[in-house]
Order: sequence, then C-alpha cells, then structure tokens
Amino acid sequence: MNKPVTPRGVELIPSPEGNGLVTAVREVATGGESLPVGRCLEIYRIMVRTRTMEERMIKMSKSGEGYFWIGGPGEEAFNTCLGLQVKKGCGPDYDYLHLHYRNSATLVALGMPLIDGIRQMAMTATDPNSRGRNFPGHFCRKEWNVVPVTSVIGIQWVKAPGTAIVQKRHGGDGITIVTGGDAGTAEGDFASCMIWSTRPGNELPVLMIIMNNGWGISTPACTQHGEKQIIDRGKAFGIPGEVVDGNDPIPSWHAIKRAMDYVRTRRRPYMIEARVSRLYGHSSSSGALRVKDEPDCVELFEQKLLAVGAIDQKTIDRTHEEAQAEVEAAVEQALREPKPAPEDVEKFTYAASPVDAVYPGDYTGLP
Amino acid sequence: MATLVQAVRMALHYGEEHLGVTDIFGEDVGPPLGGVFTATQGLRTAWNSPLDERGIIGVAMGIAYAGGRPVAEIQFCDYGFNTIDLLKVAGNQRWAGHGNYDMPIVVMTPSGSGIRGSLYHSHSFESWASRLAGWKIVMPSNALDAYGLMLSAIVDPNPVLVLLPKALLRVRGEQKIPGEPEDEEELKRMIDAPVGDRTGWRPRWPDLKPYFVPLGVASLVREGTDATVVSYGRTLPLCAQAADQLRQEAGLTFDVIDLRSIFPYDWKLISQSVLKTGRVLIVNEDTEVTNFGEHLLRRVIDEHFYDLLVRPRVLLGKHVPGIGLNQVYEQNTVPQLPHIKRAMHAVATEEA
Repeated sequence: MNKPVTPRGVELIPSPEGNGLVTAVREVATGGESLPVGRCLEIYRIMVRTRTMEERMIKMSKSGEGYFWIGGPGEEAFNTCLGLQVKKGCGPDYDYLHLHYRNSATLVALGMPLIDGIRQMAMTATDPNSRGRNFPGHFCRKEWNVVPVTSVIGIQWVKAPGTAIVQKRHGGDGITIVTGGDAGTAEGDFASCMIWSTRPGNELPVLMIIMNNGWGISTPACTQHGEKQIIDRGKAFGIPGEVVDGNDPIPSWHAIKRAMDYVRTRRRPYMIEARVSRLYGHSSSSGALRVKDEPDCVELFEQKLLAVGAIDQKTIDRTHEEAQAEVEAAVEQALREPKPAPEDVEKFTYAASPVDAVYPGDYTGLP
Repeated sequence: MATLVQAVRMALHYGEEHLGVTDIFGEDVGPPLGGVFTATQGLRTAWNSPLDERGIIGVAMGIAYAGGRPVAEIQFCDYGFNTIDLLKVAGNQRWAGHGNYDMPIVVMTPSGSGIRGSLYHSHSFESWASRLAGWKIVMPSNALDAYGLMLSAIVDPNPVLVLLPKALLRVRGEQKIPGEPEDEEELKRMIDAPVGDRTGWRPRWPDLKPYFVPLGVASLVREGTDATVVSYGRTLPLCAQAADQLRQEAGLTFDVIDLRSIFPYDWKLISQSVLKTGRVLIVNEDTEVTNFGEHLLRRVIDEHFYDLLVRPRVLLGKHVPGIGLNQVYEQNTVPQLPHIKRAMHAVATEEA
C-alpha cells in the first residue's frame, strides 16, 4: 500500500473508531506559510458574510432600495485579515484606520454587524456611519478609530501622517493604517504620505497599504503606470515593503502581521501592495456586473479548504445559507427603519462652541 | 502697542500654554525663521513642515482626529488653492459622520494685497472660503481683534480659517493686548527674534491674559446716520479714514462696520444699521464676480428692499487674473482710499 500523501499542515491521526488513520487538518498552508484551521474558518466565514452583504447591496442598487453602490468584492481575503489583526479601539493607543471605499470586509472583521453596511446602502437615519448621508462603503466609526471614508481619491494619504504624529508622541504601540487603490497612488498625496512619514528624526508609524486591482475605473493600470511594483517607490524613502497575493488569506495574514510588527515596534512606515481582484467592476455606475476573468478569493479559499479537508461541502453550503439569511433579515429590518427627516439636513454641521455668538450650538441656517 | 503680527504670535503663545494647542506648523513656521511674517517666532510647539500645502491641511486633520489641537499655516493664501478639496472635506467631517468626529483645526494664512506682492502674493481668499460650509472664517483688521479672534478660533471646536490682512500685519494697534508691556520697544525686545544668529535666543513672554472676540460679532468702528459701510481686513481702516474725512469735509456721518467674522457674519448689526440709514455700501478687495460681498448684498435686498433709500452697492476688486507688480496695477485693481471715499460720498448723497 502506498504511503498516504500528507500535505504540509495535515496530520494523520487515529480514527475515533480505532479502525485506521483519518486525516485531520490542523494547519492550512500556502507555500511555506500556514494558518490554523480555526483561524481559516473564521476568516472564511467573514469573507462569505461580507460578499453576501455586498451582493445584496448591488441588488439594492438595481431594485431601487438604494442608489449608488461601490464596495469591495475581490478584496475580502486581504481586508478580513487586516481587520482581524487591527488593535481595535478609540484614541491614539489603538490603530487608526484611513480606509478607502472597498474595505467592507475590514469593518465586518472588526465586528460591524452586516445590517450597518445595509443601513448605509438603504440611507436610513439609523446608519451609524453617516445617518444616510454617504455612499455605501464610506464608513466612519469613532469607537474603532475609523475616520470618515471619502470618495475623493487619495486624500487619506495626507491625513494619515497626522494621526501617526499624535501616536508617536503619545507612546504605546498604536499605529496608523492607510489604504488606497493602485490608481490613486498617482495622486501627489501618495508621495506626501511617504515624505511626511520619513522626516529624519520624525519617522512615523504608518502602514501604507495599496490594494492593487489593476484598474482605475475603466483605465488599466498598465497603460498609465511604468513602475513594476508600486512599493518600489518606497525604496527612495527607506520604506520597506512587500507584494502579496491579496486573493489568498494565508500570505495576506502573514504579510500584514510582519508589517504590523515592524510598524508597531520600529515606529516607522512600511508598505504592502496586495494584488487583488475587482469582481463587480468599479461601481454600480459601470453596471456592477460580475467579472468572470479575475480570480475570486472566496471560491479559491473554499477550494483550498476543501482540498485539504479543513471543511466539507455541507459546511460551505451552510455558511452561505446562514450569511444569506443574516443579510435578508438585515435588509428587511433596515428597510423598516426610520429615514432621515427634512429637519436633519443641517444637523451635525457644527460642534457646540462657547465663543460663537451666532451658532453656540449647531448650524441653524443663515446668520 | 503690539503690531497685528505680534498679537497673533502672543495669541498662539497663549493658546499653546493655556488653551491646549498641540502643534503650530507649516512651511518655515518653526525655528529659525518663525514664519515669513514672524507670526510664529519663539513658540514652544512650532515646527517646520515639508513644502506641501496639501500635506499641511491633511496632517492638521489627522492630528485633530487623534485629539490634538493644531494651528496650521499656509504661507500665503495664494498657495492654498491646491488644498481646496481638503478644506471642503475638513468642513464636512462632522456632518459626514453625523457628529462622530469634530474637526478642531485652525488654519491661518495671510490674505490680500498691500505688500507689492504682484500676481502670487496678493490674492484674497475670503470669497472662496465663504463657500466652505462647516468652516468659520475670520479676518481681523487690528491687533487686539487679531488676538481675540485667534483665541476664539483656537477654542472653537470646528475648523476656523483666520485670514490675516498682509497689508496690516506690521500696523500697531490702538488698544493694548491684555498683558502686553507699556513700552512697545520692550515688547520687541521680549518677543521678536533677533536678526542674524538666533541659536541661543528664547522669547520672554509677557503675562498675557485671555481676551475673546466672539465669532459672528462685528464691531461698529464709526457711528453715523448717512450711510452704512460694511468692510473687513485691509479696506476696513480705509473706510474708517474715509468716514473721518467725509465728516470733516462734507458733514456726512457713517456707520462703519468691521465685520471681523466673514462666517458667521453679524447680520443683526448690518440689518439694524441698514434700517437706520437706508443706504449701504459693501467694500472688500476680493475679485468682484461671485464675491462674498454679493451675498451680503443679496441679504440686504431680500430683507431690506423696501427700507432702502438708494440702490445698495459694492466696491470690490476688479475681475482680472492678477495684481501686477507696478503699483499702477495694484492701485487700480483693488479699492484704495480715494475710491472708497468717492463711493461712500456717492451712496450717502445720492438723491433718494
């Protein structure tokens, strides 16, 4: 009898019935890196829940339950691993997140209930990110240091050094994480981030993450960018970096861990370029149609987990069914919740001020 | 008496010692220069930034997210135009996140003409700024107001833009800053960095006291009955001077209102004065097409059309691409004393 082939991370253990050996996987590997099965299943479940939420939001954009959709299908593998490793909390002791609008999996990994993504899509008054004001995926969670996401491409790169300045001065191991797409690195703000994060004697704990999907709306990156790797631009500033397959959670997890360890302890910037897919095009403005010729990180991870016996088809089906049920219940509830009222238009413009004679409280219309 | 720029510096010192200012920064803001106009000499929290206006505004926002209280300088407002989207976003952060994040930043920048600055050091910014909802915008015309408005800008938990009239930065005030020494030469010795090597220099700050000019409160600098003049910044002292001359020469008296806050503006004072005089002239030096003064004119027309005795009017900068270096250009592009005097005389004497 041939000796059974055991992939890395797979152990043969005696079957409970005592009638031979069965495989029981403890670790799932890609190349030389691996993650425990428990962690993989946690990541997998967040990826599926996020994808299901986003796909339902795309439907909402087409059914009239919402308008514009933009989000992160194709970035779930990397962004889940990011969210799970964030030092989550409020204030400079914790990580600040300057995200772009494809970071839904990061928020779900941080603990955002799916209904909060749906609420923003449904523009409800209960939307905790923006009270129905902002596009979907434009998160804002002060309790987790998630500063408001904007549609303006690249400006997060110049805001990030500011939170990092406070963190460096404050002490502790909190870091600033800033994420942007590959196309947005053409903005001068990307160079600003490198310059401000490496002022001699004032280097900053900034983790710069470039989600390289190879597109800027309709424009292929290869027609606009001559550089082979975006992280090479960091070399001039002494910013170490690595390119990682962002479609695979295992190397993504480890790249993020290495980067965070470096930034947390060295208090200097680090760069990750994650190669990812964009599975529904740029946004609903380009139809939000399913792209077939780019790898799907959810499918790939399912196949991998199946292949090594870390999951069975039944569990996969159940994970999808549960996510579907969670999302449907969330949509049903969100659509019943109150919408913003006309008197909400001016609210939250100004914080109360002891020195303003016209607006001691909020904005109330022209002086 | 302190100059306007010394007043700003003393306010920033008071701010960093007593009002929680954590960072005063921008291009050449830290030592050795302490600002191209000396506004930030000797300040404990002042530091130099890269030559990057977008970085300056973005970093100020980041510091504020994380609990700091920054004062950022744009060296000349002419160089702030590439930050307009960031300024817009700074103004919307509280609104966008329905109150999640306040944005307590102060941006100060020299604005307007009067230093022979030619094309790129003479522009005005208040009309652009007045379109940035979520911001508050102030522009002092004297040293004491500069001190009081800066302290209010620092204390206010919203983004505040402090526009400093370039032409008046070296002008001495007529009123003392609370705590400044009697002798202006003594003040100079205490807080002005010496020319040349400054390595060992440290300022000796006077024992300054708080003084707040509330936002949204204008100042009636001349009182009269023949017409209302609304202005601020460089043109304000010219309006006051013209009023004094016209009182002597023609027996005309004017309400001259120093707006001080561009937004929120003191509509109550303007409105009361227009009701009294029935005649109004709005003076500033920003370019005349879509000028902030036109908004005030709209309010006047909307709410006082039937109270007006003659057509309300504006005296503004010409809609030309720049202010030329030869003084023929500057003198004929933005309002000067003779233009202001002529316009004031006309609005006060036109037959009703």
